[in-house]
This record gives sequence, C-alpha cells and structure tokens, in this order.
Amino acid sequence: MISIEPVAAPGAPLARRNPVAKVAAALVFSFTLLATLDPVAPAIALGVELAVLPLFGIRYRVLARRAAPLLLSAVGIVVALVLFAADRSGRVLVDAGPVLVTTGVLLTALGLALRMLAVALPGVIVFATTDPTDLADALIQNAKAPARFAIGALAAFRLVPLLGQEWQMISMARRARGVDAGRNPLARMRLFVSTAFALLVGAIRRGTRLAVAMDARGFDAGTPRTVARRQRFTAADGALIVGAAVLAGAALAVSVALGAFRPLIG
Amino acid sequence: MGGVGGVSVRGFGWRHAGRRAWAVRGVDLRVERGERVLLLGPSGAGKSTLLAALAGLLPEDSGEQEGTVEVDGVDPRKDRERVGIVFQDPDTQLVMARCGDDVAFGLENRGVPADQIWPRVDEALRRVGFPYGRDRPTAALSGGEQQRLALAGTLALRPGLLLLDEPTANLDPAGAALVRCAVADALDGDTTLILVEHRVAEALPLVDRVVVLEPGGGVRADGPPEAVFAAHGDALAAEGVWVPGRTVPPRHAGAAPGSLLLSADRVALPPRLAPIDLAVRAGEALAVLGPNGAGKSTLALLLGGLLRPGSGRVTATGELAGRDARTPPYRWRAPALASRIGSVFQDPEHQFVTGTVFDELALGPRRTGRPETAVRATVDALLERLRLAALARANPYTLSGGEARRLSVATALATAPRLLVCDEPTFGQDRRTWLELVDLFAELRDAGHGVVTVTHDPDFVAALADRRITVTREPAPAT
Repeated sequence: MISIEPVAAPGAPLARRNPVAKVAAALVFSFTLLATLDPVAPAIALGVELAVLPLFGIRYRVLARRAAPLLLSAVGIVVALVLFAADRSGRVLVDAGPVLVTTGVLLTALGLALRMLAVALPGVIVFATTDPTDLADALIQNAKAPARFAIGALAAFRLVPLLGQEWQMISMARRARGVDAGRNPLARMRLFVSTAFALLVGAIRRGTRLAVAMDARGFDAGTPRTVARRQRFTAADGALIVGAAVLAGAALAVSVALGAFRPLIG
Repeated sequence: MGGVGGVSVRGFGWRHAGRRAWAVRGVDLRVERGERVLLLGPSGAGKSTLLAALAGLLPEDSGEQEGTVEVDGVDPRKDRERVGIVFQDPDTQLVMARCGDDVAFGLENRGVPADQIWPRVDEALRRVGFPYGRDRPTAALSGGEQQRLALAGTLALRPGLLLLDEPTANLDPAGAALVRCAVADALDGDTTLILVEHRVAEALPLVDRVVVLEPGGGVRADGPPEAVFAAHGDALAAEGVWVPGRTVPPRHAGAAPGSLLLSADRVALPPRLAPIDLAVRAGEALAVLGPNGAGKSTLALLLGGLLRPGSGRVTATGELAGRDARTPPYRWRAPALASRIGSVFQDPEHQFVTGTVFDELALGPRRTGRPETAVRATVDALLERLRLAALARANPYTLSGGEARRLSVATALATAPRLLVCDEPTFGQDRRTWLELVDLFAELRDAGHGVVTVTHDPDFVAALADRRITVTREPAPAT
C-alpha cells in the first residue's frame, strides 16, 4: 500500500502554514544547501531540521518510519564509498586486507550521506504535514497554478493506491490462466513486462472514465471556477520562507567561517 | 419543447470515429419535464451512447452524428448545466479525497459563489440520505455509499435532466437498494429522469414510462411499463432483457455428489477473511454467500490456489491433484493449477493476456502442453458453445460486458479443470448470458465437475446451487 496520508498533528504551528509556503520554504532550504560539498553545512542544516520538527507536529519516531528509505540509502552511500572510493588519504582506521578505511574516506562518505539527508528531509517534512487537497487548493489560489493541472493531478493521485491492488489481481489472474515464470529469469522479465502493460491499459481506461465523469460535472468547461475552501497566504507564511532562507544561509556562513566551505561550482 | 429538462431527439444517430457500425441510429424521442423514463434494449442497442449524447459528452470530433439532440431546445454540448449524469463504476466517479469536497467539486466548476457552496453541499447530502459528515474520506465508503455520493454531487448542481447509466450494476443487492432509495427520495416533480438499468423489476418503481431501443436502429416500443411488456415482453426476454415476472426453471443436481475434491480447514487470511471450513465435491454446485467485506472474494482466491492462507489449510485430494495432493494448491506451478482448478475473476479484463479471442482460449491448453490439433478442437468447441465464434479474431478488450464474461469463463474451461471457482460470474449480465451461464455450470456439474460460485445473486443461487455456505465477519461455525 502506498501511503499518501499526512501524519502530522494538524494543529502544529508550522504544519498549519500555507502549503505553497511550506513547499517554497523547503525548496529554498534544500537548494541553498546544494551550493556546497562540505559536511559542516549539511550537518548544521540537519540539526535545524530536526530541531524544528516538533513545530511541524511530527514525532521523531513517525519521521524515522517515513524517512526509512532515505536512511537506508544514506547507509548505502557510506558503505559504498568506504569500500570503493579512490581517495584513501588520512589516518588509517581499519586495515583488513582489501578493506582499507581512512579518515579521508570516512569524512567524504559521511559528508555525502549527510548532504543527501539534509537536502531530502525538508521535502519529506512538507509532504508528511500537508493534505494533498490543501496543496492543490493553495497551488491554484496562491501560486496561480491552472486548476486543470492541479485538480487533474489530485484526482489521478487518488487512483494511485488502486494500482497496487490491481497489480496483485493481474498477477493472480495470470497464474490462474496457467502463466507463470518459474525460475527462468527471461520468462520472469517477460511476465513482468506483460503484467505492467496490462496494468497500464487498465490505468488508462480508468483515467479516461474519471476524465469523462469530471467533464460531466463541468470541470474545465471554461466557466470561471469558484473555490469552496479558501487558502490564505499570510505574513506568517512569508516569514516561514524568509526563515528557511536565513537558516540555510546561516548554515553556509558557519561552514565558510570554519573554512570547510567547498563550493559546488568553481 | 418541454420546459426545463425537456428532451427532444430527432433522427439521432452516432458512429464512433474509426467504427464501421453505428452505435445508435434513427432515434426519435420526446420526453417532457418531470417524466421518468426507463431506457431498455438488448446489449449493443446504444443506450449508453444515447445517454452520453444527452449529457453532451460526445465531442463533435470523436465521431459522426446524424439528426439532433436537444435539452430545453439547446444542444447539450453547448450548455451542460441542465444535465447531470451518474455512471456505473463507483471508483472512477469520485474526484476528491473527502466527501464534502467531492460534492463541492461540481459547484466550484460551475462558478457557484463560495458562500452558497456549503449549504448546497449539505442539502445534496441530505437529499440522498448520506449517513456521514463532509469530512468522511471517500476511500472509506462502500460501493453503494460511493454511488450515493456521486448522486449527491450531481444533484447539487440542480440539473433539470438527471441521467443514470446503470448506477447499481456494480453493487451488491443491499448497496443497489440504497442507491435506488436515494434516487426515489431525491427526485422532485421538476426533475426529468432517464435511467438505463438491466434489472427491470427493481427499476420499475422509479419510472412511469419505458422506451425500448431497437438494436438495428430506431425505437421499438414506447409507453407505460405494463403496455410495453404486454406487447414486447417475450421478444425482450429472449433478447436478454430482464423482463419482470418471468421465472427460470431451477437446474439442481440429479445425482448425489461424488468424491471430495478440495477442502478448506480453518482457512483464514486476517484481516480479510475469518477462519472458515469448507468442502467441495465432484458433481456439486456450491454457492458462497455473505455480506460485502466478509472476504468472499478472498476465499475464492484461496480455494483457487492463488493466495497463500494466513492460517489454516487448503487441501486438494488425490482425485483432483493426483500425486500433487500432498502440496497445497498455492504452491503448484501455474500450468498444473490451471489444469485442475479454473478461476473466473470478477473483472474479466484482469484475465486477458493475448491479442485475440482465439489466442486467449488457446493459451491455457498450449501452456499445459496439449498438441496443436487438440488445442484447435477445444477452442473451436468453446467458441461455438459460448457464442463467440464470430469474434475469434477480435481483441478481448473490445468485447461487450456479456461477451467478455463468456470469454473469461471459456478461458477457465479450456484447460478442462475438475474444479471451477467463479467470483460473481453473473454481475451485470443480461438475461440471455445469465441463462447460458446457469446452463453451462449445470452441465459441468452434471459431468462431474465441482463448481464454486461466490455470488450476491439470489436468482442464480436459487437456480443452480445444491449447497450454500455463508461467510461472515465473525468466525464461521464449523460445517
């Protein structure tokens, strides 16, 4: 099952902010961090992200579960770099035959893993605290996104969880027809492709039916739309974006002051 | 012209782009405001196409049109505000994640002022007797509730003409009854209703006029229900329309059931199915009944060897599985499974793998290693038996509902399995296909096959079942 529900306490001061403001703040924060390759700025940023988490109403345990794939890839980065990186400078920490771990390798690996986490986490926090309907409303009302795009995407999004069930159904139906791949990897590949194709055909048909139903209720018929749920962009929302920019800038400044700053370009 | 909601159709015909045959042709029809019309016709007579035209949902560039369609004297394509339509499939009619937002969706599209939206949403939800608040997630609704919500979303727009295209075809009897009640309660004297519905007896209380479309074109009959059925009832029944008051002779087993084929021993799959015991014998038709959400479909998948039980066991006997009887069915290789247990899914399209009806039928026998001449003989016999011979080269995805159902049953039979497990085989079927399915299953049963059907269809159970078992949400008593 693909989880798309928000998990935050809805009353938390930052979770309540306008969804467009939250997305903008996350983008500003993440993009600023991309400017440097050093481990200091991401470490500070990660600290900031974890510190503001209670303001978003997310408990640490819930975040850990949501971000589990991220943590896993961070571990993957560290392991891969420690084993395979060309740079073996610095003090030797472990020397076990082919595995040679030095301080240089370890620092690079940790830096990259930290950077990945620090850049991705704002996005995770935003989507964990934002209702998709609110996001679509705010995109239309505050970011002037076309309703055709925002509501269309929202409606399609609602069909996503059905795809998982559909995949299972198609696979079982094929087995019932006498089609399986056994241990042959080529047959497995073929079966995968043909199941995916059947899933796609079904998804397109369902999408078409949904589009007709939306059409029948006057969607995108040229009449100016009104909005049932008002999304407001207030001074507090602006402050959230500015705050994100300031904090990310501060993280960079500390890294420059400590002499750790390594620009991405130049 | 009628007043608000008056319909005038003159010499209407429509041919979808790229098709040779006309979907509907030569239709003349006038419906006055406030009339309630049941639109009937054998499958393929063009009922849904006519409704789509009335709803303004046939774009001019998507086909060729003859004649005119007008609602209140206006082409409905130009002014859709007068018409509302509810379709068959609950999953693809709801747009938003919360019920209230979904009803509001159409109002927003029509540019209704924001301060009027929520009062109209509440009013529409009340009119259909919706039992939950606005914040209820649409994903948490049953099929019948989803359809009631779709009806509310349409009624909120206050259409003069309400079109219902088989709104209960995908629902169990309880859900269908809820939707029909909602329609009956929600209609006022100013709303014109045109309804397409297979199950005529259930639909009749909602209508005062019946219009029968002729498959070759034109309108065959038009008038009060009693008059239409008195004059055309026999012909309509023969063509597959569920004309009320016609019973079906039951086809129960003549002989006592034979040896045991498959048994389920406290089999369960939490949270979808509570533990249940069950035994299927050769030469018996077993009906599995029970309310929605009790896990009947899950049980069918477990018996079909397609799902691994969470607890308990499904055991095949030597009679069914030979030497494989010691391994549970879900671990058998697929070709072996297909030659012993045939499964027919609720949605026929899930089962189609190839590009033509012929290949679809040949697939199973080929996978089980039969020689090509034997495959051809099997396929030809099935094509003939299930009235699919003319469609042998057609793509399975282009078949009508009844044809797709017959093909999905035929594919399961192609490998001659001793046990057949079907999930809602009669769902949404016309009377003709329905009778053929009863005949076919009865024949199989009398030839010594075991037939298990999961079904909500009381007529089907009455006509065929030798034994019934009810799945409940509570742990089932041992049988």
